[in-house]
Amino acid sequence: MALTKAAMAEKLFEDMGLNKREAKEMVDLFFEEIRLALEKGEQVKLSGFGNFDLRTKNERPGRNPKTGEEIPISARRVVTFRPGQKLRARVESYVGHDE
Amino acid sequence: MTKSELIEAIAQKQTQLAPKDIDLAIKTLLEQMAQSLSEGERIEIRGFGSFSLHYRPPRTGRNPKTGDTVSLPAKYVPHFKPGKELRDRVNG
Repeated sequence: MALTKAAMAEKLFEDMGLNKREAKEMVDLFFEEIRLALEKGEQVKLSGFGNFDLRTKNERPGRNPKTGEEIPISARRVVTFRPGQKLRARVESYVGHDE
Repeated sequence: MTKSELIEAIAQKQTQLAPKDIDLAIKTLLEQMAQSLSEGERIEIRGFGSFSLHYRPPRTGRNPKTGDTVSLPAKYVPHFKPGKELRDRVNG
């Protein structure tokens, strides 16, 4: 099972007593505001969790893996996530299955 | 944008709730996300992206000061893969 927006809204309903509509709106706004900042080219720093950074990539040569045809990969801006120390430390000790 | 600026931006749009409730809500959500990952559970947000854990096998490292070798155990690191909507909007 994965954590989804529905489970996040449910958490706000249970822990804080927000009504279901408020809870859903809050979760939607949370992700939308992060997207808006990144869209504007602004880094997002959530202390204790991590940073969403933007990187610009130059055009580079690529290849269609099916046909082998050479096609350039256009210049683009991408989002990267850099987990903070605290999140890294919490996750590091997870004892799971090897992937 | 920092966490407190994010909370302010949400407060501008969500005027039904007191700013302190928005502050608590955002901190609750971030804690839930961190907790989920620390239990090995993925996070999947359509239009935003997904967070998962990547395995790092054990390796032998070196103390850069003393040159001593140290064995570093296997670990997991958080990984984020942006979703299509986020990729498209950021590259717009």
